[in-house]
Amino acid sequence: MRAPTEQSIAAGEVLLSVEDVSLSFGGVQAISGVSFDIRKGEIRAIIGPNGAGKTSMLNIINGFYQPQYGRITFKGETRSKMRPNEAARGGIARTFQNVALFKGMTALDNLMAGRTLRMKRGFLWQLLRFGPALGEETEHRQRVEEIIDFLKIQAIRKVQVGRLPYGLQKRVELGRALAMEPDLLLLDEPMAGMNLEEKEDMSRFIIDVNTIYGTTIALIEHDMGVVMDLSDRVVVLNYGRKIADGTPEQVRNDRDVIDAYLGVTH
Amino acid sequence: MDLLYKIFIDPFVQMGTAPDLLMQTLWEGLVAGVLYALIALGFVLIFKASGVFNFAQGIMVVFAALTLVGLYGVLHKWGIRPADVAAYGALALTVLVMLALAWCVERLMLRPLVNQPDIILFMATFGLTYFLIGLGELVFGGDPKVIMTEALHLPSGAYEIKMFGGFVSLQKIDIAAVLIASIMVAGLGMFFQKTRIGRALRAVADSHKAALSVGISLEQIWVIAWFAAGIVALVTGIMWGARSQVEFSLQIIALKALPVLILGGFTSIPGAIVGGIIIGVGEKLGEFYWGPLLGSGIETWLAYVIALVFLLFRPEGLFGERIIERI
Repeated sequence: MRAPTEQSIAAGEVLLSVEDVSLSFGGVQAISGVSFDIRKGEIRAIIGPNGAGKTSMLNIINGFYQPQYGRITFKGETRSKMRPNEAARGGIARTFQNVALFKGMTALDNLMAGRTLRMKRGFLWQLLRFGPALGEETEHRQRVEEIIDFLKIQAIRKVQVGRLPYGLQKRVELGRALAMEPDLLLLDEPMAGMNLEEKEDMSRFIIDVNTIYGTTIALIEHDMGVVMDLSDRVVVLNYGRKIADGTPEQVRNDRDVIDAYLGVTH
Repeated sequence: MDLLYKIFIDPFVQMGTAPDLLMQTLWEGLVAGVLYALIALGFVLIFKASGVFNFAQGIMVVFAALTLVGLYGVLHKWGIRPADVAAYGALALTVLVMLALAWCVERLMLRPLVNQPDIILFMATFGLTYFLIGLGELVFGGDPKVIMTEALHLPSGAYEIKMFGGFVSLQKIDIAAVLIASIMVAGLGMFFQKTRIGRALRAVADSHKAALSVGISLEQIWVIAWFAAGIVALVTGIMWGARSQVEFSLQIIALKALPVLILGGFTSIPGAIVGGIIIGVGEKLGEFYWGPLLGSGIETWLAYVIALVFLLFRPEGLFGERIIERI
């Protein structure tokens, strides 16, 4: 159970709110009438059995899917349709279940790609590569190096990420998301395929990102131990509906949740 | 025995006895190679950034050159003097036309077909080809045009260099072509590696999903890629046209780009150059020294034979990305 932070999460302002969202693919109802919110500075877990609609929910939040009904309010702005690159511009970063990296580029290049939105200087300056553009490039490089140090991936900076083992790929992907300096970080099963030691490392990174950078995090995770340890609040989905919403303790003891799936604590 | 001597020994003897002819042939091969490379470069730019094999690249070369000549004629008729102001003015306007073309292609061709399989997009470029052929003929007429080399300050004449007991003649326009192409290639290479937009182009080529997550606008990148390919097509059109004429048959040259791409890799800029030079030099040497033996068609088929060999042994080309995946 995480130690409470100095800021009271319950009093935190709402960063993202999902209102009555429904999504269907042809005849398949992936999500029906789900509402919940994510408060600024918290770590929110989204859990549920396989097929519950968790990844679809994340896809809706960052614009890959457009819901048929419902609205998303992010940083005060409400919208029902958004493209993924617009969500990114708005301050939402995302990692994927199956890792979406630029496999042909090095780890360093992947992280620098994450800085794309932060690069202000126009195209012509970039081409000439002196003056303001050079200074900016250096500043971005510095930020990226900080993230590389933070995630301890110095050794693989220049390695083409397609060749890296899965665990390191996930770390690079996290790095790229961090390079965007997002307000909201969406993590889709960040611990998948990791052993105990790797999970502990990743958990520590996630906590650090939340406490040091102050980033709000929403994560999908199957490992109950991780969920209990990391999250401030949990939302539980089953068959596309919300069946519980509260602190890890509340959710763990909820009858519906227990019925929905026999959550095994590792 | 006599035949073996003729194929394997005699040509080299000839090369040795008349080194100035060898130099001449090598030079002409280099020039042809660089020009092939320029065309291949246009393909690489579009393929790298949007995954589309642009069949229309050849006609874009012709179209760009036609637009340049046409606009020059118009400016000249309106009384814009001196000639070089009209010429460079026409050049600037042609650049704008290529930008407009890139924007239209993205809006009308790429965006509606965004999730379709690659073959559909390839077929769409066929359509684009015929559209540009028709448009070109309609607006500019089908007869061959002449590039205004003087007005553009492109050099003419040749340097006669005394070498190896004989003469080697280097056309100044050829020297200019090689120089301009080299600068362009170096510039594009740096652009891809070092700039934010270059990185974004590589990102889009790699993974649409990841590129979107990072905030890159696919549409913007596609316009930039097609615009860059359009500029390359313009330069290619000027260079090819300056050496002969601007006519619609020039687009056939684009077919030669295919062996160059196979050799160099579809996604590699240095590959396009190296591939182009190998093919260009190989063709010229083959034609000159082995031509009398094997019938003078070597220039036509040698490139494809080389490409075939590469497809058998190194399909990704010399510099193409080796697909390494962890299983």
